Amino acid sequence: MTREIAVVAFAQTDHRRTTEELSEVEMLMPVLHDVLDQTGLKTADIDFTCSGSSDYLAGRAFSFTLALDGVGAWPPISESHVEMDGAWALYEAWTKLLTGDADTALVYAYGKSSPGSVRDVLTRQLDPYYVAPLWPDSVALAALQAQALIDAGHTDEPELAAVASRSRADATANSHAQLRGSIPQGDYLVRPLRTGDCPPIGDGAAAVILAAGERARELCTRPAWIRGIDHRIEAHSLGVRDLTDSPSTRLAAEKAGAFERPVDTAELHAPFTSQEVVLRKALGLDDTVRVNPSGGALAANPMMAAGLIRIGEAAARIHRAESDRALAHATSGPCLQQNLVAVLEGDPR
Amino acid sequence: MSKEPVAVVGIGQTKHVAARRDVSIAGLVREAAQRALDDAELMWADIDAVVIGKAPDFFEGVMMPELYLADALGAVGKPMLRVHTAGSVGGSTALVAANLVAARVHGTVLTLAFEKQSESNAMWGLSLPIPFQQPLLAGAGGFFAPHVRAYMRRSGAPDTVGSLVAYKDRRNALKNPYAHLHEHDITLEKVQASPMLWDPIRYSETCPSSDGACAMVLTDRAGAARAPRPPAWMHGGAMRSEPTLFAGKDAVSPQAGKDCAADVYRQAGIADPRREIDAVEMYVPFSWYEPMWLENLGFADEGEGWKLTEAGVTELDGDLPVNMSGGVLSTNPIGASGMIRFAEAALQARGQAGEHQVEGARRVLGHAYGGGSQFFSMWLVGAEPPPS
Repeated sequence: MTREIAVVAFAQTDHRRTTEELSEVEMLMPVLHDVLDQTGLKTADIDFTCSGSSDYLAGRAFSFTLALDGVGAWPPISESHVEMDGAWALYEAWTKLLTGDADTALVYAYGKSSPGSVRDVLTRQLDPYYVAPLWPDSVALAALQAQALIDAGHTDEPELAAVASRSRADATANSHAQLRGSIPQGDYLVRPLRTGDCPPIGDGAAAVILAAGERARELCTRPAWIRGIDHRIEAHSLGVRDLTDSPSTRLAAEKAGAFERPVDTAELHAPFTSQEVVLRKALGLDDTVRVNPSGGALAANPMMAAGLIRIGEAAARIHRAESDRALAHATSGPCLQQNLVAVLEGDPR
Repeated sequence: MSKEPVAVVGIGQTKHVAARRDVSIAGLVREAAQRALDDAELMWADIDAVVIGKAPDFFEGVMMPELYLADALGAVGKPMLRVHTAGSVGGSTALVAANLVAARVHGTVLTLAFEKQSESNAMWGLSLPIPFQQPLLAGAGGFFAPHVRAYMRRSGAPDTVGSLVAYKDRRNALKNPYAHLHEHDITLEKVQASPMLWDPIRYSETCPSSDGACAMVLTDRAGAARAPRPPAWMHGGAMRSEPTLFAGKDAVSPQAGKDCAADVYRQAGIADPRREIDAVEMYVPFSWYEPMWLENLGFADEGEGWKLTEAGVTELDGDLPVNMSGGVLSTNPIGASGMIRFAEAALQARGQAGEHQVEGARRVLGHAYGGGSQFFSMWLVGAEPPPS
């Protein structure tokens, strides 16, 4: 019998193009207070803390140490950090709770893309010998994937435009989103992707609290139980991958139990419209599933936090009794190289 | 439900050197991983998940390099996690991997940490730009030297203790074929005559800058039963963090280090670490950190740690050998250094440490720290399985 673990609270910033006036700690602090206030917990009540962020975005080594100062790690706390999207920090915290060493965990993630050119920065995560010297940027690589999809007959530009407009229309109900309402598809950024097919560049943070068993029921009226969570990585070289498919997403979903019963909601971390097409196919989602009611990454894509936000948004819908069984997905790397899938459920209504 | 016991059944390291110009980053990590698999007599397909750690990405100039290393580490189609907790990361990475086994998420996990420091200049990589820090601290030595000076003043230790540590560790390294520095002509006089870098830390009392990787295969009870060589068993493991700077911080003996050790000892049922632990691999990047950590970890009373060093207790043939491998003072691929401590502790518990084996080592502590003496990770491994 494995331990039951749930997301009991979620908070996020209002994601914005720039937060020049705020340090990362200042951006993060209100979110930490928010998520703690929701549960009535104090920092000292948290058994384990885990965060996700990137030194390359911050432009300095050990950038996460300053955020830790903001958490208030005194007396000393049991704490860890992944140089990954916060969804993977949540995964690490989930394993910690599974061992029984902790009953509650605080997970947070943040990223500020505004200080630099994020398209250039992301080229630094490519193979440093053969690919990075060419500086192929993230939009160009996503465009390769989109063109492969169109060439294979899986989608066309009108369908991609429809994904974009649906996402931004849904985001009108999401006060945290950066791009909301009717946004023109715009000119080509890199063919076949238009500006509307691409995520906004912005700054933001998010936090989640996990709790196990009865502790979760004490802290939340309708906990979002993590029924399964798994993540898988694919080869790095784009040349050896079929960019029109996402076998790692499918495998992670299978291991997380996503295919055992249908989900009613899916929060997909698809920064580009074309990637939603790939993910829908890999996950076998049909039109009965509500996809990205938050507006998804096309409405707000704070690097390092956007994946954790998908889990948070899915959990929040369960908290609000707007969903009974939801799938949340996070991605990392060029063209959906690495993918995480979580399946969340609420108690029967 | 109790936790699954965790066993170390495979250990692999590269020969640590100043610059591995013959291999790519992928080649470096694969070499260590392959040696760990060979030691465990396992194939890549036997690995369920990969947990990798390293210090700041700026050291190699590759952002989130685990994405690029997925192929080299046989991770394609598997879960891959990347840990970064500053200098303690090698230890933290092993603990995150151990949790996957302890929680029964996976049966057999490959964990690896590396740094290829020849790709950049670590000292300036560690020196934060204005406005994050005043432009006074050149590298880690500049940050830690005042804390060493504070220890010397507080404990009244004689000036010579640091050189004794360096002389011991560099001689121990001569018995470890994987150590970076092999100074066959080392003498105590040479250490004491070496140039002063960051007063009171001399050149020979500092760690080198290394290229290297270290890997371990961690497995559950069933995996341990199939292992070709004796496993090392995890008896306790913990991480603790505290803020970088705050009023009242004890930079000489941080509370987080004390709490972390206490947690590990509690899990392992250790009441008197000085008597019950046979040997220690601790993270000593500057010689004086040996006596400082001896106190922080509870092996000596406050102000007394240097007496153990001076009396030869921490020598390879002493009563409490410390850094039998030569330690960080002889080998420092930063992101890997914590895991090397953990792996060397496991080698000792397995009786596989070769020339630097401590006779009869049954319970051994591995220790790592990082940031501004604020991140700690430790594990205690033993030759016997933990009592169930």
